[in-house]
Amino acid sequence: MSDTLAGNKTATAGPADGLAVLEQTRSAAETYGIPLAVLLEVTHRCPLQCPYCSNPVELDRGSTELTTDEWKKVLSELAELGVLQVHFSGGEPTARKDIVELVQHATDVGLYSNLITSAVLLTRDKLSALADAGLSHVQISFQGNESGVADRVAGLKDAHRKKLEVAKWTRELELPLTVNAVMHRQNLHQLADIIQMAVDLDADRLEVANVQYYGWALKNRAALMPTIEQIEETSRLVEEAQVRLKGTLAIDYVVPDYYALRPKKCMGGWGRQFFNISPAGKVLPCHAAESITGLEFESVRSNHSIAWIWQNSEAFNRYRGTGWMPEPCKSCEFREEDFGGCRCQAFALTGDAGNTDPACALSPLHDEIFKQATRESARAENRFLYRNFAGGTLETDDRQDKRQDKRDGA
Amino acid sequence: MASRNISVSETSRPKLPRHAKLKFDETRQVWVILAPERVLAPDEIAVEVLQLCDGVRSVSDMAEQLAVKYAAPREAILTDVIAMLQDLADKGFLTEARENTS
Repeated sequence: MSDTLAGNKTATAGPADGLAVLEQTRSAAETYGIPLAVLLEVTHRCPLQCPYCSNPVELDRGSTELTTDEWKKVLSELAELGVLQVHFSGGEPTARKDIVELVQHATDVGLYSNLITSAVLLTRDKLSALADAGLSHVQISFQGNESGVADRVAGLKDAHRKKLEVAKWTRELELPLTVNAVMHRQNLHQLADIIQMAVDLDADRLEVANVQYYGWALKNRAALMPTIEQIEETSRLVEEAQVRLKGTLAIDYVVPDYYALRPKKCMGGWGRQFFNISPAGKVLPCHAAESITGLEFESVRSNHSIAWIWQNSEAFNRYRGTGWMPEPCKSCEFREEDFGGCRCQAFALTGDAGNTDPACALSPLHDEIFKQATRESARAENRFLYRNFAGGTLETDDRQDKRQDKRDGA
Repeated sequence: MASRNISVSETSRPKLPRHAKLKFDETRQVWVILAPERVLAPDEIAVEVLQLCDGVRSVSDMAEQLAVKYAAPREAILTDVIAMLQDLADKGFLTEARENTS
């Protein structure tokens, strides 16, 4: 086992406080240490119907989910391998009746746990039980700063009010809070208010993440794609707030890569420092990886250990390193910096996950896709295709009309 | 509610909050502090100081103890310990014991 972990390098000690952030930097030798943190998607079930849902288009049904005992076994195995943190996510992780039991087991085997939640199913008692079970951090997604926009995006009545309530309980229980704000054309005008909302909620951290367009979100790209003017304004707002709120609220900012010249270093590079486990137990290099057809992913239900899957499975090794790269990546001086961008996006937009991510200006498809996005953002076609197990529901005109009335009245 | 802006002094009785966990990572053979979205690697001195942060000992007691152990001047150690702990507190990884006896 030791050689599979050899890639984990400890950063040298930092300045005054004798603290360094442990980074998963890699030596040139291609060894891949077990990640420090693993994302556990314990279910795909979710009461929200967000049009930008990042789960794959084919959802795992409740009946295929790992059982309580199977998840416990996974948690024990992860701890033994040297994983230090787990993120309970979904879908909506609290849709599982055994979520407290799973968090308790994570604590028992020495894992630090984080809950990534829509919050709408939580009661104060449940949250308190989770804290008692050892939960150490709560991340709540917000769709806007007020019910009108937020509940419409979530496709769920009363969701926003519920989220605010749970955020308050989180701080009352002295748990650190991160506000996750997923941004797009139809809520970017609320960003300044969302930042203030995070401050008012006494959050420690705010994630301002622009929608990433693969999986379900791609179906709604025309309704979600921000304009260039919005993006410029967003960057200005975030930079200003980062300075103003230093020491009060940490703000992480994920730029929309459609408007970038260089692609994002997606997942820190395929199979280099991240994996997640799907509701049915598939071990994946990225939570959207199942959108890439033609790749076979191994399951924790197979005869293989998680360590073996991470190190040896075909899916993880397919796009590891730089050997798989075509031009223009192959000879690019940045190939070790961004690893060719995002495989899922390359697949979604070019049909081949082995192509350069079109977000990169060097991709032959970049200009075409960029122009298309600009056209879409300008068209102001705002109707959502909601995400659900029914295969999606188109927003009714009625709902749109109401929204329009509200806006006119406001 | 846990205060994020504590001021570390000689009389403080600091401890790690629930969301910051000091632990020896057997796999990588290093001490780590587990925190939201982050894993920190404290150096040897930081580990030693943090192990004394039990919410009972005061910073003054801690400096005393370290001064004896390392046969070093108490005042110098106290200054260093306060600076280190304040920095940790500013980052949200240190809190104070509830009952303030000072």
